[in-house]
Amino acid sequence: MSAAVTGKKPPRVGDSPAVRRTLITLVLLVGAVLVLAPLIVIFVQAFSLGLSAFAAAIGQPDTLHAIFLTVVTALIAVPINTAFGVAAAWAVTKFDFPGRRLLIVIIEIPFSISPIVAGVAYLFVYGLQGLFGPALQAADIKILFALPGIVLASLFVTAPFVARELIPLMQAQGRDLEEAATSLGASGWRTFWSVTLPNVRWALLYGVVLCNARVMGEFGAVSVVSGNIRGQTNTLPLHIELLYHDYQTAGAFAAASILTVLAVVTIIAKVALERRGAGRRSRVSLAAPNVIAEGEKP
Amino acid sequence: MKIRLDQVVKTFDTFRAVHGVSLEVASGELVALLGPSGSGKTTILRMIAGLEFADGGAIYFGDQDATAIPVRERGVGFVFQHYALFPHMTVGENIAFGMKVSKVKRSKSEIAARVDELLKLVRLEGLGNRFPSQISGGQRQRVALARALAVDPKVLLLDEPFGALDAAVRRDLRVWLREIQEQLGITTLFVTHDQEEALDLADRVVILSEGKIVQEGTPEEVTRRPNSAFVTRFLGDTNRLQGQVGGGQVQLGGTAVAAPGIRDGKADVYVRPADLEWAVEGEGLSATVTRVIDRPDHRRVLAKLADGTQIELDVPPETRVLRGDIGVLRVHRANIFAA
Amino acid sequence: MKRRVLPGLPLALGITIFYVALIVALPLGALIFKAASLGLDDYWRIISSNRALASYRVTAGSAAVATVFNLVFGMALAWVLVRYNFPGKRLVDAIVDLPFALPTAVAGIALTTLFAANGWFGAPLAAIGIPVAYTPLGIMVAMAFTSLPFVVRTVQPVLEDLDPALEEAAQSLGGSDWTIFRKVILPLLTPALLAGVSLSFARSLGEFGAIIFIAGNQPMQTEITALLAFIRLEEYDYQAAAAIASVLLITAFVMLAVTNLLQARALRYTQRS
Repeated sequence: MSAAVTGKKPPRVGDSPAVRRTLITLVLLVGAVLVLAPLIVIFVQAFSLGLSAFAAAIGQPDTLHAIFLTVVTALIAVPINTAFGVAAAWAVTKFDFPGRRLLIVIIEIPFSISPIVAGVAYLFVYGLQGLFGPALQAADIKILFALPGIVLASLFVTAPFVARELIPLMQAQGRDLEEAATSLGASGWRTFWSVTLPNVRWALLYGVVLCNARVMGEFGAVSVVSGNIRGQTNTLPLHIELLYHDYQTAGAFAAASILTVLAVVTIIAKVALERRGAGRRSRVSLAAPNVIAEGEKP
Repeated sequence: MKIRLDQVVKTFDTFRAVHGVSLEVASGELVALLGPSGSGKTTILRMIAGLEFADGGAIYFGDQDATAIPVRERGVGFVFQHYALFPHMTVGENIAFGMKVSKVKRSKSEIAARVDELLKLVRLEGLGNRFPSQISGGQRQRVALARALAVDPKVLLLDEPFGALDAAVRRDLRVWLREIQEQLGITTLFVTHDQEEALDLADRVVILSEGKIVQEGTPEEVTRRPNSAFVTRFLGDTNRLQGQVGGGQVQLGGTAVAAPGIRDGKADVYVRPADLEWAVEGEGLSATVTRVIDRPDHRRVLAKLADGTQIELDVPPETRVLRGDIGVLRVHRANIFAA
Repeated sequence: MKRRVLPGLPLALGITIFYVALIVALPLGALIFKAASLGLDDYWRIISSNRALASYRVTAGSAAVATVFNLVFGMALAWVLVRYNFPGKRLVDAIVDLPFALPTAVAGIALTTLFAANGWFGAPLAAIGIPVAYTPLGIMVAMAFTSLPFVVRTVQPVLEDLDPALEEAAQSLGGSDWTIFRKVILPLLTPALLAGVSLSFARSLGEFGAIIFIAGNQPMQTEITALLAFIRLEEYDYQAAAAIASVLLITAFVMLAVTNLLQARALRYTQRS
C-alpha cells in the first residue's frame, strides 16, 4: 500500500474515483442537454433547408435591415455606456463623498430589473400617455417606435456593464498610482490616460464586450419600445420572433445563428480577456498593487 | 528648502487625525516622523506633500505659503509606502514619467541621459527595461526613490520607506538612503513606526502620539532625555518600577538615583535592561532569576522582585547566571516621571 | 468646499448623476408615478386580480423550482470545475457563460424546438407522459437555462480560494469525506451559494424573452407576470400595465436588497478565509 502511493498527493475530499466519475458524468450530461443542445439545434435548424436557403434567409431585405438596425444601435449605445462607466468608476473609486455607496447601488439597478419593466417605464416617459409624450408629439419628435427609443431602452438595460467591471478593479487598485502621477506633476487627463487607463484596459474591454453582446441581443425592453415595424424598427432579436411566429422556422434560426455566432465570439473574447486578468478571476489577485500578469511584455 | 508647519490641523469625518502640529525642518535636514499607527504621522507627511489638504494652520516651503498649492505644483518627491510604481511601465519609463509630463520640455535624449544617471545613483544600472513585477522589493524601493528624485524636488518625502522589506535589505537600504541624502543635500522627511530606523537614519526625530508632537530632538536628546513615559516606552524595552521621590532622589533597594526636578512623592521609574547590573550580593533590589535568554551580544535575564514585579535586564555574555539564582539588581540610570 | 487632491470629481460625478437620473431614475420614476396615479383601490384591484395572482404563482413557483435546480446543478458544476481535471474542462468552463451571452429570444426558440412534442428531448418526454413545451415545466426549463451561470460563478471563486489546510485539518481529525463536505466545506460555501441563489431567483422572476416562446402563455396557467404587463400594454390598458410592472419593480428592489445583503456577507467570508 505505502509503495503504491509514494509520490502521489494524498486524496482530497471527493477525490475517490467513484465520486469523481459520477459527478463529472452527471455534470457533463446535464450540461449537454441544457446548454450544448440548444447551441447545436440552432445551427441544425438554420441549415435544415440547405445552405442556399440559409443564404436567402439572411439576404432578405427585412433581415438585413434588422441586422443594420442592431449594429447601429450598438454603435451608439456601447460608446455612451462606456463613457458613462468610466466616469462613474472614476468618481466612485478615486474620491470619497457622501452617498458614494448608494450611487454604486443605483448604478447597478438596471441589472436587476426585468427588461419588460424597463420598456414599460420608458413608455411612460416618452410615450403619448407618458410625461413628455404630448410635448414631443407637438414638436414632432419621434422617440418611441423609432431608433431613439430603441437606443434609450438599450442604454438602460446595459448601463451598469462597463461600470461594474471597472469599479471593483479600480477600488482594489486604490489611489496610490494616481497620487504618484500627480505628485510627479501629471495633469488629470494625463494621469487618466497614461496611468489609470492602461491598468484597467482589459477590464474595460471586458465590460465593452459584454455590453455589446447584451445590446445586440436585448429583446424584452426593446420589444416594448420599438413598435416591431418590419423593415423599420425591428432589431435582429425582434425579427427572429417575427419570423418564428410566421412559421418561417429556418429563417428565424438563420437569423438566430448570427446572434449565436456573436455569443460564441463574446465568450471567446471573455475567456481571452480573463486570461489577461479581466473579469471575476482578477478581483482577488489584482488587489495587490504592484502585481501585473507575468509575461505581459517581455 | 526649509519647511515650516504652523498649527496644522486635519480632521477626517469625525476623527481628528492631527491636532495643531507646528514643526520646522531646516534646509538639507533629514527628519524622521516617528510614532505608533494612528499617531497622525502619515497624514502630516501627506499634508506636506499636498496629498491631503490641512483643515487649519499653514505649511511654508521656505518663505512661501504652500498650504493651498496642489501636489502637482508643489515640487515634492514622494515615495509611497507600497511604492506605487506604474505596473505597465518599465523601470526606465517609471523614472522618466515625471520629466515627460513636466511643463519644462526636455528632449528624448536628455530624458534618457537623466534616467541613466538616476539608475546609476540608485545602483540599478541595466534594469531600466524591466517591469516592476520583475524586480525585487528592495529594487522597487530604489526605483520609487529614483522616480521621485527625477523631477528635482525641493523636498523628499518618504512614507514608511522600508516597511515592506525584510530586515537585512532594510539595514542596507538605510545606510544607502543616508548616503544619497547627504550627497544630494535635499531636505528629507520620512515616516516610520520603527524607532531603530528613525534613530539610525535621522538628524532629528519627531515623536508623535495621537496627532500631537510629544517630543522632538536629535537621536541623542530623545533617547537620553525622553520627556515622558510614552517616549521612554516607545523608544525601547524598559522596566517600570514604583519609587518614592524625596529631596531630588529616588530610593531603589538601598541605592539612590538622582531625580532632578521631580516633585516629592510617588514616581514611576523607567529603567532600560542594559542600565541594570546583576550582582550576587550587596546593595540593590533583591531578585530571583526566572529565565535566561541568550542573544548574540548579551544575555537577557528575566527576574522577579520580591513584590512580584517582572524585570528584564541585559548582562554580558560571560555572566554566569542560572534560573533560580537569587541576587541583587543595581540601577545605573533611570528616567523618572512623577506618577 | 473641500479641496481634492485628484482632479475630475465634478466632471465625473456630474456625468454620472446626470446620466443615472436621465436613463435610470426618470423612467422608473415615471412608472411609479403612473402606477401611483391609479389610486389605492384601483391599484389593488389590478394587482390582486385572479389573472395577476395566477401569473405571480406561475412566475414565482417556476422560478423557485428553476433556482433549486440551479443550486444543485450549479454547485456540482462549480465543484467539478474546481476540483477535477478532465479533458474538455476549459471548454465546459467557458460554455457555462453561454446563457448570459446568448440573446434570450434565441435561447427561447432553441429551447422550444428542443422541448416541443416533436423535438429532440420533447418527443421522448412526451412519449412517457411529460410534456414540456407550453407547460409550466417549459417555463422552468427556460428559467433554469437563463439563470444557470449565477450559482456556478459565485461559488467557483470561493471554492478555488478555499484553504486546503481546512480539509487537511478535518481529515487529520478523522472525518469522512461526506462529513467534511457537510460540516466544513458546505458552511464555507453557504454565503456564496445564497448570493448565487438570490441572483438566480431574481433573474428568473424578471425573465421574458426566453420564456414567452416556450410557455404557451395561457392565462391562469402558463402566463408569467412580465408577459401580463406586456399584454396589458398591447391592449392599451396602460394603467394596468403600470401597476403590474410596478409589482415586478418592487420585487426587483426587494431582491436587490436581499442580494446585496447576501453578497456583503459572502464577501466578508472570502476575505476572512
